[in-house]
Amino acid sequence: MSAETHGVPIIAASGVCQEYKLARRTLLGRRERLAALQDVSFHAMPGEAVGVVGESGSGKSTLTRLLVGQERPTAGVMEHEGRDLWSLDRDGRQEFRRSVQVVLQNPRSSLDPRMRVGSSLLQPLRALHVEVDMAARVREVLEQVGLGTDVLSKYPHEFSGGQLQRIAIARALMPHPKVVIADEPVSALDVSIQAQVLNLLKDLVTELGLTLVLIAHDLSVVAYTTSRVAVMSGGRIVETGRPADLFHHPTAEATQALVDAVLTVENGLAGKALR
Amino acid sequence: MTDQPVLDVRGLVVRRDDLVAVRGVDIQVRAGQRVGLVGESGAGKSLTALAVMGLLQLGWTTEGQVLHDGVDLTRISDRAFSSRRGRTLSMIFQDPLSALNPTQRVGAQITGVVRRHTEASRDDARAQALELFTQMHLPRPEQMLRAYPHELSGGQRQRVMIAMAMACYPQLIIADEPTTALDVTVQKQVLRLLDAAVQDRGSALLLITHDLSVIAAMCDHVLVMYGGRVVEEGPVREVLRSPRHPYTKGLLESQPTLDNIELEGTARLPSIRGNVPSLHDMPTGCAFRTRCDRATAQCEVVPVLEGDASRAACWHPEPALSQAGRS
Repeated sequence: MSAETHGVPIIAASGVCQEYKLARRTLLGRRERLAALQDVSFHAMPGEAVGVVGESGSGKSTLTRLLVGQERPTAGVMEHEGRDLWSLDRDGRQEFRRSVQVVLQNPRSSLDPRMRVGSSLLQPLRALHVEVDMAARVREVLEQVGLGTDVLSKYPHEFSGGQLQRIAIARALMPHPKVVIADEPVSALDVSIQAQVLNLLKDLVTELGLTLVLIAHDLSVVAYTTSRVAVMSGGRIVETGRPADLFHHPTAEATQALVDAVLTVENGLAGKALR
Repeated sequence: MTDQPVLDVRGLVVRRDDLVAVRGVDIQVRAGQRVGLVGESGAGKSLTALAVMGLLQLGWTTEGQVLHDGVDLTRISDRAFSSRRGRTLSMIFQDPLSALNPTQRVGAQITGVVRRHTEASRDDARAQALELFTQMHLPRPEQMLRAYPHELSGGQRQRVMIAMAMACYPQLIIADEPTTALDVTVQKQVLRLLDAAVQDRGSALLLITHDLSVIAAMCDHVLVMYGGRVVEEGPVREVLRSPRHPYTKGLLESQPTLDNIELEGTARLPSIRGNVPSLHDMPTGCAFRTRCDRATAQCEVVPVLEGDASRAACWHPEPALSQAGRS
């Protein structure tokens, strides 16, 4: 797609490492370190949809936390539109927070249960001091995610998982972000609803020119939604490529393992799913 | 063995006061057969399993019959039921961490099951547990027996659960989403072990899942549940190759798989519109009608399961395949 031609990545990690100190085993013992990310370089161009796949423990969520600026890497540089994320001034930081939004796996735990949906949607605008016509923005965003204004006065418990995930996506869109980072956005949803939400994310990328970083363990989900996929294993990115190439000619062992792990109805009916 | 089914559920209703979660379900599982029960949240599949196992939470009541091994399980005493669980029928749960006792070594939990139901001595039971762990390809089984559940990985715990469920060669194993909580790469491995274990013992399997590809891999018969009822039933091959109920069809089409997606294309996945109804606002008549493109006034009346090769509860089903490859 056209993504490669734009020059500066909207969000990038270069040579990033992240270590966590583990709890002391003994009272006076040294604290061991866990290298969660090792020398990871990753980028997304404006308007591009990029996927990150890997097993649990491969470093996907750590990368997510670094991309949204929630944690500072122990080594390497995180960049937003070519500027070092961790040397931004106050305004730059504010602008970054507005520009990069996140959608998490479980909308039930990412929306405040005591807050009406309407207030939840306005939170990002208030917190980030975005000056817009709030009512108009709410209407616009609700339309983008396919919900009516009747949701505004309700509480999260009144919705099903699929509707809540739409609301969480709407909240992420409120401050006009350039990047949406979605961490396992459909794995907590019912099967018949997953396709709706994936279609929605795909539409937002095309219609709003959003950059999407989709993190998931399911290769087929990522392949359907994105045009470039990074495969993670053991804290490293072991392979990056177009989904079709990864599926048909995986080179890294981890990619092969993920491809092999995919169960399909066709394979099952042919009696070769468990081979 | 006689032709009598290992499990014969007739007209099962599970309710809590006005909330009816299972609305008249019939399930037959024959000796050695593998039956899949597929559905989404709120379809009633897990409550069906818990009702069969006599493990419903307080407040839920059942109607109908659950015939197993010559008795109606809904009518026997708690004590009689306890002597069956783990012996003639056993269950594998979705989350092994909450199903295993956190304060007891896993080895002791398995020998406990064996010694409870058989005359085995302590040493015999231990030998059996070791054998089971070896069959489940648990690494260093001797040491593993001495581990506590929290010391194991998710896949290892689930293998311990399977070993425990298999210990007394039950006639029927009920597995409720056995691989949903596991990592994708571990899922296949655990299914393979479950497959082999069921095969070796000649046990029947009732596998509950939301995942049609798991059904295709493991089962020979499938029941599709929606809104507390079975909406389609038949041999796996028939139902998944030529689904007759619009819900089954929609479910099959909406899954992104490597076969059906146009990679990097702009194509959209076919999706089922609307939301999964909750127990509180279940539509009358056919529960799927509010999301169904074919719904008419007729659908306000509950359709019954009809058909030969596979049966669908729908007023406007896909036509059955003409050549209908019967087995």
